[in-house]
Order: sequence, then structure tokens, then C-alpha cells
Amino acid sequence: MKFAKKIYVALIFLFLYAPIGTLIVLSFNASKTRSKWGGFTVKWYVSLFQDETILQALGMTLLIALLSALAATVIGTISCVAMNNMKRRTRAVLMGVTNIPMLNADIVTGISLMLLFISFGLRFGFGTILLSHITFNIPYVILCIMPKMKQFNPSVYEAALDLGASHITAFFKVMLPDLAPGILSGFLMAFTMSLDDFIITHFTKGAGIDTLSTKIYTEVKKGIKPEMYALSTIIFVTVLVLLFLVNAAPDKKQDAVL
Amino acid sequence: MYKKLTFFCAALSCILLGGCGSQSGENGVVIVYNWGEYVDPDTLDMFEEETGIKVIYDEFETNETMFPKIEAGAAAYDVVCPSDYMIHKMIENDLLMELDYSKIPNAKANIGAWYWEQSQAFDQGNRYSVPYCWGTVGILYNKTMVDEPITSWAQLWDETYKDEILMQDSVRDAFMVAEKTLGYSMNTLNPDELQKAKEALIAQKPLVQAYVIDQVRDKMIGGEAAIGVIYSGEAIYTQYENPDLEYAIPEEGTNVWIDSWVILKDAPNKENAEKFIDFMCRADIALKNFEYITYSTPNDTARALIEDEEIRNSPIAFPDLTQYDNLESYVYLGEDGDTLYNELWKEVKSY
Repeated sequence: MKFAKKIYVALIFLFLYAPIGTLIVLSFNASKTRSKWGGFTVKWYVSLFQDETILQALGMTLLIALLSALAATVIGTISCVAMNNMKRRTRAVLMGVTNIPMLNADIVTGISLMLLFISFGLRFGFGTILLSHITFNIPYVILCIMPKMKQFNPSVYEAALDLGASHITAFFKVMLPDLAPGILSGFLMAFTMSLDDFIITHFTKGAGIDTLSTKIYTEVKKGIKPEMYALSTIIFVTVLVLLFLVNAAPDKKQDAVL
Repeated sequence: MYKKLTFFCAALSCILLGGCGSQSGENGVVIVYNWGEYVDPDTLDMFEEETGIKVIYDEFETNETMFPKIEAGAAAYDVVCPSDYMIHKMIENDLLMELDYSKIPNAKANIGAWYWEQSQAFDQGNRYSVPYCWGTVGILYNKTMVDEPITSWAQLWDETYKDEILMQDSVRDAFMVAEKTLGYSMNTLNPDELQKAKEALIAQKPLVQAYVIDQVRDKMIGGEAAIGVIYSGEAIYTQYENPDLEYAIPEEGTNVWIDSWVILKDAPNKENAEKFIDFMCRADIALKNFEYITYSTPNDTARALIEDEEIRNSPIAFPDLTQYDNLESYVYLGEDGDTLYNELWKEVKSY
């Protein structure tokens, strides 16, 4: 039984990581085609850092992910505070409304945003991508913060007010620290969603501006360049290292809190 | 409070929307929308240097994703490079500007007569498009894995190659193979002919190893299949990787595809767009692009400049097209035609 369990876990990891493993191996392949091993090389990594368009796309992706996640987190947190003070029925309706964009197909969101921007006469470019990313990020932030909000004891907040704190002070000193884990996970969720997105970006981007996903997709016709394998490998390793660091750190922190 | 807030929002949106992308060359900009990896980046730099016009360059991956963006007018592009049938569709939707060839002298001077003639199929009178790249669709086969040379589409129905055949996973390309085998036009809308073509594709299905798009390259190089339907531009690259591969234009005739430059009707920089197309038609630029993309160039003057004789006279890149009388290009079939083809293709795929 124990043996079967181990095999099961091994299989899960195999299916999860086999594609990434293949990609990493291919990023060191001297031949451009996946079906031939042309010897070990790091030339794709070298040419990656000389390829301006890829680096620009990478920078753009990170910038948009960061800005949109920040903005969505602020807006989402404020909305949660407001929604928490509403009557139960209004809140339920609002929660439903904010959930719809999450269930909605990306392509529908993308095309409707594009049409909206056109009807407002906005120029397509960095701004429109950022606006649309903020838009689709907000529901995820709300989804992450709302449960924390429900756990929050309103009496504590009222006590702060009774003791002379203004609403703003009470919010920052009392409510925010309690919500912090939800806000952080909301931010990370928004960041990942934005990093991930292809289809909405495709419809809302203007000429001459690319994120990594749209850049990679345009290479479909002529075959994806091995530089992209190299970049994906670097991103994967970075995330892996970050995860290890994050997972190693909490022990100390938790001790401190307790 | 509200006033302040509105002001703040307005200021913020100004920064966001106006702040970027305002840099331009001394003679303005030209906004180009092209296939991914479909131009040598050096030529864009050269254009900027020579004309002082800044190129804002954007890429698309399929005709079908490009069209809705253009149709909705989302981003104001000047020059686009769609394929034959899509140009036809854009003409019918009144999206293109009629070209003034006196402003694009290199086009008529350098591009071969045959390509203008072939373009007539989707652009009557050559009024809207200037050919940029072209090629054929044919059969790539592995010499060591077949008994005799492959010369016709009919051999894709040969039982001996069961599970060794790769077909293109796209409606028009798959139907083209069946229609040409049966001797029909690949733009047919005749219901009987389409039914027969559908039945042929269904009959072929058990023999097909996979319906693929760009994987055909890697699979053929790796020797995973013996025969594959492929675009001629890809064939040159696969041969370079695996010398056992051979490309053939089937005797029943095939599709000649052409990707051409067009200028959009509501292009904001029409004059710069004309200059850009003219520049792309210059022989030395066309040669640079041919070497980068490796897809056949319709630019005869550029072809004459190719130093390597083997490439200049390559039967794959530059086949003698006058010996065929059954080559066609795709035309736009109209919305009803598209739906009909898609439905039949669904029946084939789900059979």
C-alpha cells in the first residue's frame, strides 16, 4: 500500500514536471529542432540576452503584472471594506456580479474590453493593457480578501473608534493587519493571473507593444525560437528558488508571531 | 470631494494613455502589422535610417486573429501583410486602400509578372496588394521510408503508408488535398463535390498518423512519419536538417499561397506606408528578407542577386510554375462558404 502511494505521487510529479523538463533540456540543444540532439550549448542563453524584443517583452510583462496587481489590490481591498458594510442581500448580489468576470471566458472579456475602449476612443497601447489587466484582476483580489473580512471581528474595529481613533486610523491600525494575509495572497494571485494572460492582452494591445505571451504566440507560424526555451527555463528556475526561500523562511516568522 | 476625484482620475488616465508611445521619427511613423518572424529586423533599422520614418512594428499569428482587430479598428495600423483569401475578404469588407503604383515604383519594376497574374484570383486588377512572400503546398517524404518517389496526392490514400501520413490540421488545406485528388477546384462550393471530398477525407482517416500544423517539421526531421503535407518554405529548412527528405509538388496541382502587403483604408500614415512597401520591394532588401525568412520571394530582381546557384534555381523555392496548369490560390468563399467547409471538416474530424 505504501509502495502504491509512492508510485502514485511519483506519477503525479512526472506528469507535472515532464513538460518543463523537456523544455529545459531543449534549451541546451544546439539544433533548432526538437527531434534532433545537436549537442550541448548555451548559445540560446547568450542570444537571448542580446535579443532586444524578447527582453522588452519580458520587461513589459513584469511591469504590467506589477502595476495591475498593485492597483487591483488597492481597489479590491477598498471594495471589500465597502461590501462588508452593506446589507446582506446587496452584498450577495455584488459578490455574484464580481464573480461573473472570473467565470466568463477570457475571449469574451477580451473582445468586450476592446469594443469598450474603441467606443471611448482610447488609443490602444500600454494604458489599455494595464486597464484591462486591472479589470480582470479585481475579482481575484476580492475573492482572496472576502473570507478574511468575514473572520474579522467588527467589535475590535468599533472598540478602536470608541477609544478615539478616526475611521482611517482604525482601518490602518486594526483592520488592515488582520486582512494582510488575504491582501498578500490576492496580490500574488493578481500578479500571476496578469503574467499568465494571453487572450485579453491580445485584444487590448496596440501596435508595437508586446508581452511575453503575445510575443511567443506570434512565433507560431515559423516555429518558436529556442531563445524562448532558455527564457522559460530561467523563469522556472527563478520561481523555484523563490519558492524554496519562501518555504524556508516562515518557520522563524511563525515563531515570532506565536 | 467628487470633483477632486474626477480630476485625479482624468490626470491619471492622461498619464497612462498619453504618456507612452509618443516618440516618433523626424518624418513621422509607419505602423506595420506583419506575421511573426516575417521580416529581417535589420531591414527595419535600415528603413528608419534612410527615411527618418519610425517603424512601429507589430506581429500576428494567424489571418483569423488579425482580421477582427483590423475590422474593429482597435489599433490604427498602416501596412498589413495578410494571405490571399484574407486579402479577398478584406477587399469585400472595404477595408483596403487602392494603391497608387507611381508611389511604389519598385513593386512593378521588381516583382515578376507571374505573381501579379496569380494575385488576380483574389485581387482583381492588382489594385490593393503587392506580393511579398509566396510558396506552394506539397508533399514532403522521407526517401528511406517509401518504396517509390511520391508524385501525386493520390498516394496519400495508399494503404502501404498506413500510420505514416501527416495531414495539415486546417480546413482549407485538408480539403484542398482531397479536392485536387478528385480533380475539383479547391475553391469549389458545389455540394456534390464537397460531399465527395468529405468522404475521401473520411476514407483516408485510418491511414493518417496525425493532423498537425507546425509539428510536421519536427516529426519529418525526426523520421517519425514517412509522408507529410507541408508548405514549401518549411521544406527547405527540413531538408537542411535531414537530407533524406524530398519535396514534391503533386501532379494534380496544388495551392499557391501569396502573402502580400496592403494599406488599410483608414491608415493614418498613408504616404509613409507607400514608402515602406516600396522599400520592401527594393531588390537588396527583398534579398535580405529572403535570406532571413527562407520563404520564396516574388522579387525577380532579388532572386537574380542570390549568389548560391543551388538556391537560386532550387526547385522547391523557385519551381518552374509555367509547367503546371492546375495551380490555384485560395479565394474568400463568403460567410456561407466558410460555414459549409467548417461543418464538413467537423464531420471529418469527429467521424
